[in-house]
Amino acid sequence: MSNNAAAASEIAYDSKIEGEIIVTRADAVVNWLRANSVWPMPMGLACCAIELMAAGGSRFDIARFGMEVMRFSPRQSDCMIVAGTVTYKMAEVVRRIYDQMAEPKWVVAMGACASSGGMYRSYATLQGVDRIVPVDVYISGCPPRPEALLDGMLLLQEKIHSERNSVRDTFKGRHRIIDTKVVG
Amino acid sequence: MSQLTQADLLAKFPFLTARASLDYVAVNTPADKLVELARTLRDELGFDVLTDLAGMDWDKAAPRFSVVYHFYGSTSKQFLRVNCAAPDDTAPSVPSLTGLYPSADWHEREAYDLMGIRFEGHPDLRRILMWDSYPFHPLRKEFPLAGIDTPVPSADLIEATGIHAAPAPMAGGPFVSSCGTTLASGEPRALDQSWNESKPKA
Ligand code: SF4
Repeated sequence: MSNNAAAASEIAYDSKIEGEIIVTRADAVVNWLRANSVWPMPMGLACCAIELMAAGGSRFDIARFGMEVMRFSPRQSDCMIVAGTVTYKMAEVVRRIYDQMAEPKWVVAMGACASSGGMYRSYATLQGVDRIVPVDVYISGCPPRPEALLDGMLLLQEKIHSERNSVRDTFKGRHRIIDTKVVG
Repeated sequence: MSQLTQADLLAKFPFLTARASLDYVAVNTPADKLVELARTLRDELGFDVLTDLAGMDWDKAAPRFSVVYHFYGSTSKQFLRVNCAAPDDTAPSVPSLTGLYPSADWHEREAYDLMGIRFEGHPDLRRILMWDSYPFHPLRKEFPLAGIDTPVPSADLIEATGIHAAPAPMAGGPFVSSCGTTLASGEPRALDQSWNESKPKA
């Protein structure tokens, strides 16, 4: 046995010493579970949704990160991926679906349109979905490639891993502070 | 099947006038004769498809609004363009063709929504793109591209977020690509780049 392996075995889990018990923090476990089974709500509203679909296919394979279970019911999804142009008429629907998702929940703004209205500086387009729902990750591009989406989703996983008091806040119904009031 | 010419149409329908065109046969018709014309086109002349209709705003010209129809004969493989001017400039309206061509339904709703042209006799003339309570007709010439401040349609969304359909920040836009240059230098950009959101217009 090399020195490195010996050193590693000393700090690794040893059932003879610790019995069948692993000591860790609740946050670490809960966040680990959450981060590795993010069920996305595919809020596909325009062309970006095509890249979202590509990310779900075998070539880019979002299943590698535990996110392949696209749920069309807000009750069953954790992360809303807003992929496309949000019109003022659709904004109501997006917000309502967000409200119907159970805590904990996250939002990814995929592409220029969802992030800022994109090239649609017009009377009909909401200038960024962050005006109606709290966004965790913005992904640039028009459209972003599936790799960019995966990169954004990995960022989201990192963010989930860094959350504190995950359990307590979820049960107290204040997992996240939702304040999207915009002025002007 | 032989092709219909503009002269044929003008001879058959005395109320038509000739319309300049670079491609298809085109004519102008008065609004009160539109349905009569369309019925003959469909039943006798074989124009069995109404492919499209488009509302037009001619701005300062009179009459200001008109509707342009494209008929297609699926046997003769011929297109026909008919322009129908709306007589009234303040409350423009033309007869609906939904009774003859079911495909006119949504096209007419769109022209009504965006141009404010009413189609008399349409069974369900509601807005189709903008929300029902929207007060403007956004493709009219006087309407600014950025929009006019209006409430969004949902009360609970307003309560939860406080948003309203504010004019979009144009930042020197609209963003257009220039033609006649290379692809790289013709990239879409603002027409007036001297200002943007953080640097106000002088
Ligand atoms: S960002 Fe581009 S690709 Fe994505 S929805 Fe908008 S226009 Fe389409």
